[in-house]
Amino acid sequence: MDRIWVLAETGEQGPTPLTLELLAAARGLAPRVEAVAWGPGTASIAGVLGEHGASRVYDVGDLAGALPGAPVAAAMAALVERGERPDAVLFPASYDGRDVAGRLSVRLDRPVLTNVTGLSVRDGSLVTEHPVFGGAQIVHARFTGEGPGIYVVRAKSFAAASAGGAAAEVVAAPAGDVGPTGAARIVERHAEEASGPKLDEAAVVVSGGRGLGSADSYALVEELARLLHGAPGASRAIVDAGWVPYSHQVGQTGKTVKPTLYVGWGISGATQRLVGMKGAKSIVAINKDREAPIFSVADLGVVGDVHKVLPALIEALRSRS
Amino acid sequence: MHVVVCVKQIPDPAAPGSLRKDTLTLDRSGKLVMDDSDSYGVEMALQLASGVDGSEVTLVSMAPGSETSGLRTALAMGAADAILVSDDALAGSDALSTAKVLAAAIRRAEPDLVIAATESTDGYTGTLPVQVAELLGMPSVTFAKRVSTDGTTIKVERQTEAGYDDVECPLPAVVTVTAGVVEPRYPSFKGIMAAKSKRIDVLGLADLGIDAAEVGSRGAREEVLDVADAEARGGGEIVVDEGDGAQRIVAFLEQLKVI
Repeated sequence: MDRIWVLAETGEQGPTPLTLELLAAARGLAPRVEAVAWGPGTASIAGVLGEHGASRVYDVGDLAGALPGAPVAAAMAALVERGERPDAVLFPASYDGRDVAGRLSVRLDRPVLTNVTGLSVRDGSLVTEHPVFGGAQIVHARFTGEGPGIYVVRAKSFAAASAGGAAAEVVAAPAGDVGPTGAARIVERHAEEASGPKLDEAAVVVSGGRGLGSADSYALVEELARLLHGAPGASRAIVDAGWVPYSHQVGQTGKTVKPTLYVGWGISGATQRLVGMKGAKSIVAINKDREAPIFSVADLGVVGDVHKVLPALIEALRSRS
Repeated sequence: MHVVVCVKQIPDPAAPGSLRKDTLTLDRSGKLVMDDSDSYGVEMALQLASGVDGSEVTLVSMAPGSETSGLRTALAMGAADAILVSDDALAGSDALSTAKVLAAAIRRAEPDLVIAATESTDGYTGTLPVQVAELLGMPSVTFAKRVSTDGTTIKVERQTEAGYDDVECPLPAVVTVTAGVVEPRYPSFKGIMAAKSKRIDVLGLADLGIDAAEVGSRGAREEVLDVADAEARGGGEIVVDEGDGAQRIVAFLEQLKVI
């Protein structure tokens, strides 16, 4: 394991937290870590990327509104064709990260291992960890055959840490013409009003599930989140039901949260649902069903009616402030 | 406009899943059902097709044992017909091999628009639709919250970390939809009866011109080494609310110094 690439995503405040987590993971596995980035400001993040262990950043450049999947994958494939050979490429499990990983997989004709939550080297090859069946079991897997392994890694699987390195060397890596595959264009961007911390960075997450009974009750979950300076989350069941948008979803198919405190209201915690929140330091669960699986991981479980306990708790917290 | 929807037939998620001890692959021996995640794609396809004259919806699926029960559900919702790829040699396929098989099947349908869920409930790899798009040489817009089309271009509200982007894309294209974006219709009795006589083309690898050695467990280039029980997280105190539930939580939050 000599050389690892990390797909570096940039947000409002520079590289995303997950990007820095991947750089830390890569640094622990290989002596040479390089990043691949796009957008107009790659030079301005070279310092942070270097500080977190990247010696070089390949800059795909400004995509002029194109979605990154096709052009960034094409640029990476072109680098490989030119003889740059990473042993592994780490992708963030994000909206764009998965797009680039999927397209690179076809271009290099290599499969992808996704939902990776751990990486280690065993007998010279990279071994992945994947939670299955709601995190009850861990599968270890690896690639066979030649070529760089493509890995899509879940948030909060590794801790970001500065290594104090010098700024990464910026190397231009244009995508070239990707034909019709690059035809999807962003016409306008919309930032949704967000008060309070982001769901995947919040110290407190208050989440609601089917046991809330109706979409209207979700307002109480939001209110409690506000009182605890946390972020509101949701189970897949109520996202599927259209009560709240997908961006609120916590779990296997949604966001991974690792808060100090997770409070689940009317969430049963069946199979797939426990992935994504088991990393919480403390878990409080309220459910009317004594047999709900979430009670098996809760530090405090209250068997009761969320429509009584939740308003009472909000009232109690309001009277304190 | 010809819309193709990728439909996965999976073991019933309500039943506990398991890995086969001998092959370390997911046990798919039981009855399969349509993945709930796909019901949103089917509904979206039907709605978009109804807005463009002369449109039709075709389902594409890959499943063992010529399984069609999940496809019948989607046909009962209103899809016109289906292509099912079923071949013993496909057992143990990785996502890229599956994408190659689906892409070959989709290509036969000559679609203007391909719709899939962002990820399946059982495997949740989440890369297959984009792999299919790359194989078909099409653009893709993933994580769609809202989609509209005039038959030549699609307009999509795409989920982002900060909110959403308005994305425009010429057809043909691949779109993935998140759950909850539309309200999937329940199949009517008439729909269920009509679905029984709708056409399902069952194809094997030879029909698609795919070499059996390149797919399935023979062609897989990833291997499961072992399966281990995750570190158990012990349960804590369970109390029954007798009017004091909220106070118990307040005390716990104080102890954690959250309040």
